[in-house]
Amino acid sequence: MAATDVAAVIGVREAGGGFVDDLRAVRVVWKRELIRFFRNRMRILTSLAQPVLFLFVLGTGLARMLPSGGRHVDFRTFMFPGVIAMTILFSSIFSAVSIVWDREFGFLREMMVAPVRRGAVLLGKCLGGASVATLQGIVMLVLAGLVHVPYKPTLLLTLVVEMALIAFALTAFGTLIASRMAQVESFQVVMQFFVLPMFFLSGAVFPLRGLPHWLSALTKVDPLSYAVDPMRRAIFGHLKVSASLAHTLNPGMTWNGWRLPTLFELAIVIVLGSGMLALAVVRFSKPD
Amino acid sequence: MDTVIEARDLAKRYDNLEAVRGVSFSVQPGEIFGFLGPNGAGKSTTINILCTLALPTGGGASVAGYDVVSAPREVRRRIGLVFQDTTLDDYLTATENLRFHAELYGVPSHVIDERVHQVMDMVGLWERRTSIVRTFSGGMKRRLEIARGLLHSPRVLFLDEPTVGLDPQTRSTIWAYIQELRQRESITIFLTTHYMDEAEYCDRIAIIDHGEIVVVDTPEALKASIGKDRVELRTADDSVAIAALHEHFGLEATPSEGEVAFHVEKGEEFVPRLFAELDVPIHSVRVARPTLDDVFMSYTGRTIRDAEASGADRNRANVWVRSTRAR
Repeated sequence: MAATDVAAVIGVREAGGGFVDDLRAVRVVWKRELIRFFRNRMRILTSLAQPVLFLFVLGTGLARMLPSGGRHVDFRTFMFPGVIAMTILFSSIFSAVSIVWDREFGFLREMMVAPVRRGAVLLGKCLGGASVATLQGIVMLVLAGLVHVPYKPTLLLTLVVEMALIAFALTAFGTLIASRMAQVESFQVVMQFFVLPMFFLSGAVFPLRGLPHWLSALTKVDPLSYAVDPMRRAIFGHLKVSASLAHTLNPGMTWNGWRLPTLFELAIVIVLGSGMLALAVVRFSKPD
Repeated sequence: MDTVIEARDLAKRYDNLEAVRGVSFSVQPGEIFGFLGPNGAGKSTTINILCTLALPTGGGASVAGYDVVSAPREVRRRIGLVFQDTTLDDYLTATENLRFHAELYGVPSHVIDERVHQVMDMVGLWERRTSIVRTFSGGMKRRLEIARGLLHSPRVLFLDEPTVGLDPQTRSTIWAYIQELRQRESITIFLTTHYMDEAEYCDRIAIIDHGEIVVVDTPEALKASIGKDRVELRTADDSVAIAALHEHFGLEATPSEGEVAFHVEKGEEFVPRLFAELDVPIHSVRVARPTLDDVFMSYTGRTIRDAEASGADRNRANVWVRSTRAR
């Protein structure tokens, strides 16, 4: 093959605008995450094993202990938004931490030396991780009927949008952690000190009501609480339950007795996510 | 444009280590310019600064007409990089890796397919384009990385130890590509190596040691500058032999890898005198025309292998401790 119009390629490239280049970078980094996700079938299955275990084993077992739980509302219906949040949480953090893998296997360097803004690379990474997490959440959503959550289009759509926002914020959070992580081995530490506490404090497995002071304070600090509550509220909005039971199981997130509106909670999630992404960009932008 | 790479008193200091101590050089368009030196001499640090991955702590540099500190993005657009360690995504196919790079480097969409085909053809990987990179051998990965480095038609291709860890056959294949590249793509190549035989391929080489450039010239001129043959002796007592060589012939000999080495004009004619006048029993003699090894030695006072070994002294000591314990 003859050396074709090399000069022409150079000419076009150097004329290229910065913003368009950055958009292409976001898109291709996002696409890579999806390609890798769909190629790794084991990951799709194994990452769903844990939520399914929580929902059907832990959920079914706990339901037996609750005196009135079995009658009006299946305890697993209560747990369902928590388990979806768990799916999103684990998947998002896992995606974000793959940056550390990328660093270890050198691919991060290929991305970091490209003539695009580092922010574009990280945004692509976050959107990719968020898409993957949302897809996994949607797979969990398929099981809704098994725990008496109705398949109503408006409910499903609301949940998917909420999942996507939460996934984005959590991936940004994971990316920020990854900017500090030197080796993949630290992933265990992240799980123990961030992910599991976030999960247990979020109201995923028990209602955030009538808790001791210290525990109540911790749940309000946990960003995931503001992600679980909107989803639970959406689901309870489509259930036929008595007001008192709804109050017990779906107390909502309160600040000094003020019940936070859904949009306010989602705004917290978005602001936190964007802030963490911005911080991660700063971290990654420093040259050696 | 007269020079493609220009470095002025470039320096890089990490906390208490001066990795690069004020190097200056310039590279002309179309040149293959090599940085030759032992591990830890400052080669990779210099390349990282030129590629805008590290900031200099002193001096400055420009690549393809842009300053590496004030216009890093312009520099990055115009350079291709092949790192010492592979930086491919093992889970993607060869084509996916290249397409990823093309998008990231802003290669116009309508030329991507053609360009990917072209560079893959060049490194002989077109047949394996749909294979997952994990299944590639080390040599294939390196070839794919070279193809990737070229994809966006850079002005300068940086190769950091391009053939390290590869078998001799793959190394020579890769060198054939590099030579071909320069003709086809008319680009400048900047590479680092600690293999003497690879330095021979360069148009000009800079010998770097302890963060400083010792000399810059063509391999031929460097070898000619020595003008002397290298003589290596195995003797019964090296230290006595070194003293005797100094006393009788005024030669500065150095011990190297269990031998005594020195440089002398017309080496073959010197050998009979050596046997006649040296008191120390001689086990063997070897006379060699100057190589880049000798160039390195004459400019730095040691062979490149010794230079690397001295960095590994501590490890060697550990080995020694272990072997004495075993006894």
